Amino acid sequence: MAILVSAAELVKEFPLRGTLFDAFSPQRKCVHAVDRVTFSIAEGEVLGLAGESGSGKSTTGRLLLRLIEPTSGVVEYRGRNVTSFSPRELETLRAKAQIVFQDPNSSLSPRMSVGQAITHPLQIHGIGTPAERRERVLDLMEKVGLSPAGFIYRKYPHQLSGGQSQRVVLARALVTEPDFLVADEPIAMADVSVRALILQLMRQLKQDMGLTYLFITHDLATAKYLCDRIAVMYLGRIVELASRDALFSRAHHPYTKALLAAVPVPDPKARRDKNLPKGEIPSAINPPSGCHFHPRCPYAIPKCREARPPLREVAPGHFSGCILD
Amino acid sequence: MPSAEKTILEVQDLSIAYPISIGVVRAVEGVSFTLDDGEALGLVGESGCGKSTLGLSILKLQRPPGRVTEGKIMYRGTDILGMSERALLKMRGQSISMIFQNPLTSLNPLFTIERHFLETIHFHDSSVPREKALAAVEKMLETLGIERKRLKEYPHQLSGGMRQRIMIGLALIMNPDILIADEPTTSLDVIVEAGFTDLLLSLRRIYKLSIILITHNLGLVAEIADRIAVMYAGSIMEIAPTEEIFARPLHPYTQGLINCVPNILVDQKELVTMPGSPPDLVDPPIGCRFAPRCPHVMAVCREGAPALLEHAPGHSAACWLYAKSTREKRVNAVEG
Repeated sequence: MAILVSAAELVKEFPLRGTLFDAFSPQRKCVHAVDRVTFSIAEGEVLGLAGESGSGKSTTGRLLLRLIEPTSGVVEYRGRNVTSFSPRELETLRAKAQIVFQDPNSSLSPRMSVGQAITHPLQIHGIGTPAERRERVLDLMEKVGLSPAGFIYRKYPHQLSGGQSQRVVLARALVTEPDFLVADEPIAMADVSVRALILQLMRQLKQDMGLTYLFITHDLATAKYLCDRIAVMYLGRIVELASRDALFSRAHHPYTKALLAAVPVPDPKARRDKNLPKGEIPSAINPPSGCHFHPRCPYAIPKCREARPPLREVAPGHFSGCILD
Repeated sequence: MPSAEKTILEVQDLSIAYPISIGVVRAVEGVSFTLDDGEALGLVGESGCGKSTLGLSILKLQRPPGRVTEGKIMYRGTDILGMSERALLKMRGQSISMIFQNPLTSLNPLFTIERHFLETIHFHDSSVPREKALAAVEKMLETLGIERKRLKEYPHQLSGGMRQRIMIGLALIMNPDILIADEPTTSLDVIVEAGFTDLLLSLRRIYKLSIILITHNLGLVAEIADRIAVMYAGSIMEIAPTEEIFARPLHPYTQGLINCVPNILVDQKELVTMPGSPPDLVDPPIGCRFAPRCPHVMAVCREGAPALLEHAPGHSAACWLYAKSTREKRVNAVEG
């Protein structure tokens, strides 16, 4: 399968505002949000990016679309380097690569009706005549379950339910017929029954429209439902990357194992492993040396503190960044 | 199962309404349940189902303009709703405590952790000497797994997980009987959440707590609760022991809720979804409030609301699907 999007040695550091003295020191303090991340997504694939808050998964998603500029590293879209795109080229990319955020209400303008919001990208990219746009928007609204479309078309965000708002955001992202969609925790704020509907819809749309997803989530149970492959991030680095089946049945990295063991299971007969890693994710300003996970890792040995463990292929297509593997 | 001697809290036919400009929001309608001494009850439902309003009302803290229009909340034989403001202040924290979703909004940013604890203790009993109070606080910190030096720190210096542990410590420092936990882990990351769950289970043993756990997270209730009450649009739809409700959910809403949650241990080809959304509580549908979304809806469902009836020992559901068969069984039993 052809590679649609890839990231190579992607780095993003956010400098901290320091004192005047800091400004003159050669080593500016910064948040190491994304630290040399490399992966690729094949056409038609759903890659999950899983991890806790502060692991750099959202920043990675934004870097892929060049919504923020990387400190270093390369992002390629269909083999072309996105980081060197001209503003003109970037505009065409925007129609083809879209993003959906966590909170639909903060992504929608309260002053734009549903119809206006979904039509807006078509106007920006100069696609179709007003009549064609309207028809295309109404078609898509039915497809994402906003029906009767003609009725909802005139509504405003405050008149919508949570599930409807997320569908509007999805429709707006898909109206330019993109082939790549970054979904940044699209269901985290939705209610339980709405979550299932949105997940099912995303799966359906992927098949119907031939989409490729980067699905960012902190919930491994949802990742299991939707993703083909999953990358687990910890403090800015990918610690494990594997196919869905391999990750859930043969996880290698101690952090992945801990994450899997901590997921609450809606079954009173299931028993969770009580051996949880100590503490919480450390600050990305001063990340631990060597393997970032070593202070919390139950299997840590002195060598873990020395150098960053490389991501090694432990089985075909299964990569793990632990020196004990 | 609930029995008179063991029951510590009994909510009887409680209704709470919020008068607003366009009408009256009937947030809680005719809710009854009991909580046994030492029991953990899960109150499960989606946003807007009235579970938080119900939790707050047990401490008579429902937010204005909300008011109780009907019903009683009996705690050890006294109706909380009839208590004086003085008695309520004593009762909150000493008998029943509550923790909330976001610990940062519940802690004072200008107070050290120590001051939070001392203020709580001295509010209830100003005669406790400082040394004695501090000794109790230190013992509590040890139970919570928090270092002593944190006492001198401010809330912003602690991590999210630590703040939530401080919150539960503050809730338990006066040794109450009942802890109401409203979405206590929703703001926490998954590993921290699991740690907090383990802590809650051990605190429950140490303090012989009764717990009301309010959440939308079925994984969390499966782990903590002995019994689960499922709420929808202000009413309890089903109430049963945890294992029973997961194994044999009766109400179509409970069935839908359990089926639509992704389970990491199971390979799910498709999630079963529940189309539609909860009704407008200003103008709820006549009859069963779930009827417009129910896959098994019948004519009778749109005529009258079904009562919460016991269909198996300790397992009650408010659904017309079972009402008939249970009534027949009763009649048969009487005749036989």
